[in-house]
Amino acid sequence: MVQVEVNVELIKKIARNAKIELKEEELEKLVPQIREIILKSFNKLSEFDTTGIKPSFQPIETSNRFRKDEVKKGITREEALLNVIDNLKEEGYFKGPKAI
Amino acid sequence: MKREESIEYFVECARKDFSFVEKNLSQIINEIKESQRKELNYIEEFDEESVLLQLNELKKSFENKDSKYNGKLFGVPVTVNDAICVKGIESKAGSKILKRYKPLFDATVIQKVRSEGGIILAKTTQDEFGFGSFSINTEKVPKNPFDNECSCGGSGGGAGGFTAYTKSFHIALGESTGGSIACPASFCGCVGFTPTYGLVSRVGLIDYAGSLDKIGVIGKSVSDASLLLEVISGFDENDSTSLNNGFERKEVPIKRIGVVKDFFDNSDESVKKIVGEKINELKKFFEVEEVSLPLNVEYALSAYYVIATSEASTNLAKFSGLRYGVQGIVEGKHFDEYFSEVRSNEFSEETKRRIILGTFTRMSGFREAYYLKAMKVRTVLIKEFNDVFEKFDALIYPSMLTVAPKFSEIEKLSPLQNFSMDICTVPPNLAGLPHISINAGFVNNLPVGLMIVAPHFGENKLYSIAKVIEFE
Repeated sequence: MVQVEVNVELIKKIARNAKIELKEEELEKLVPQIREIILKSFNKLSEFDTTGIKPSFQPIETSNRFRKDEVKKGITREEALLNVIDNLKEEGYFKGPKAI
Repeated sequence: MKREESIEYFVECARKDFSFVEKNLSQIINEIKESQRKELNYIEEFDEESVLLQLNELKKSFENKDSKYNGKLFGVPVTVNDAICVKGIESKAGSKILKRYKPLFDATVIQKVRSEGGIILAKTTQDEFGFGSFSINTEKVPKNPFDNECSCGGSGGGAGGFTAYTKSFHIALGESTGGSIACPASFCGCVGFTPTYGLVSRVGLIDYAGSLDKIGVIGKSVSDASLLLEVISGFDENDSTSLNNGFERKEVPIKRIGVVKDFFDNSDESVKKIVGEKINELKKFFEVEEVSLPLNVEYALSAYYVIATSEASTNLAKFSGLRYGVQGIVEGKHFDEYFSEVRSNEFSEETKRRIILGTFTRMSGFREAYYLKAMKVRTVLIKEFNDVFEKFDALIYPSMLTVAPKFSEIEKLSPLQNFSMDICTVPPNLAGLPHISINAGFVNNLPVGLMIVAPHFGENKLYSIAKVIEFE
């Protein structure tokens, strides 16, 4: 079984990876809840001997299916911008935050 | 249920006299408005104009006797779980982060409903992204029509609540990842039909967990629910997990049914009594024996929540406050800061909890022990079901361990206790097995649900057994 200490530092690190900022009061509430779920529920799986068992990534066996590589009509530029608010579009483009 | 109350009968009448469609639609629109006035919170989005436009189109179909006129759902109002995309109608899976998002396309199931003459009536409320068993993780919390202080169940509480509330001809589209159809069907006294994984296209479903999500149906009766499932099932080349199988209602011979002792024993006494009585009645028609699923009882919840949160945390990574949904001011902000700000403000506490759990189980160093381990455990749990199905046509047990709880009771549950409420619905969902929840009776005026589970593609076994129970 993997030894894991579920503490504030770990949860902060995970939240940062998931692009979520947690306030102090949220951390206070979430840390013990997440600890309980991991220790009492998720860690139960370690009791289970799965030697030689293949994982089921889907509940039903499926195989890769390929379609023909044909060009199909997509949405127009105007349609692509329909869900964008005014200050996040400019000259027919999406506007985003600074990336570098 | 009398034949005069069935959707099939309604469609027959509608084809003869269009006023049936108009009267039913007018009545159900009034019911929507009444439910909104009473703040029962079944409806997330209702656009009367788009509904009346559809009515006009159908009137033309009636006059021209075209393919919609001959469709299986001619004139039938269908409500839609908020996670299923409807073109031009706000579709946000119960989440604040998708506010204002109006899809540019109809989900495949919506296209199918429309092509059979159905009317897309309204979006129904649900837990945010399907995260919950009581529909409390959202802004509009639906109230149980049998007792407004109780939950409708989750995550599709609006679908269950409205189906029980309306007296009009109507069917609801729902979605199940770990029990979001069976749970509200049980708590609201409806029929919830969840198909085999892959039988119904997921194109246009705002996803929760890709290897678990299934679109299904909630209806007033077995025949209504089965009819809509028949319409929406079938292969879709745009869905890589869609299967070649469809579903066509047909009664099939049933010999032996297994009563899953473990779930039965853990239920409330009152639930046990009501479901037990129904099972006794079934002995007139089928051989009924006790069975046990010890591995599923012990490990299904753990495996399910590892897989569901892992997949959810990746699926939700796309919501970043750009291009659609909630958007803010980007000027002067680095992308990291902007994305984090939008996500932190708009996701609910439950969603944050699940994203963190799922990000943890996929982290370097933990992936093998949790995510991959859960996938392997799933293999064994599916085999446990399959072994039992060698002897039995179907399995039966209470859909939920209790009747609908009061909101005041739900408040006291910890997140882990909340997860544990899904013990009866998670195993068939984790294994991708078709299941149906039907009403078995009432305790203190609250409905009790009975669950039937069949092997993969055993929808007609469910249909055949459920018809017998309903008739009884």
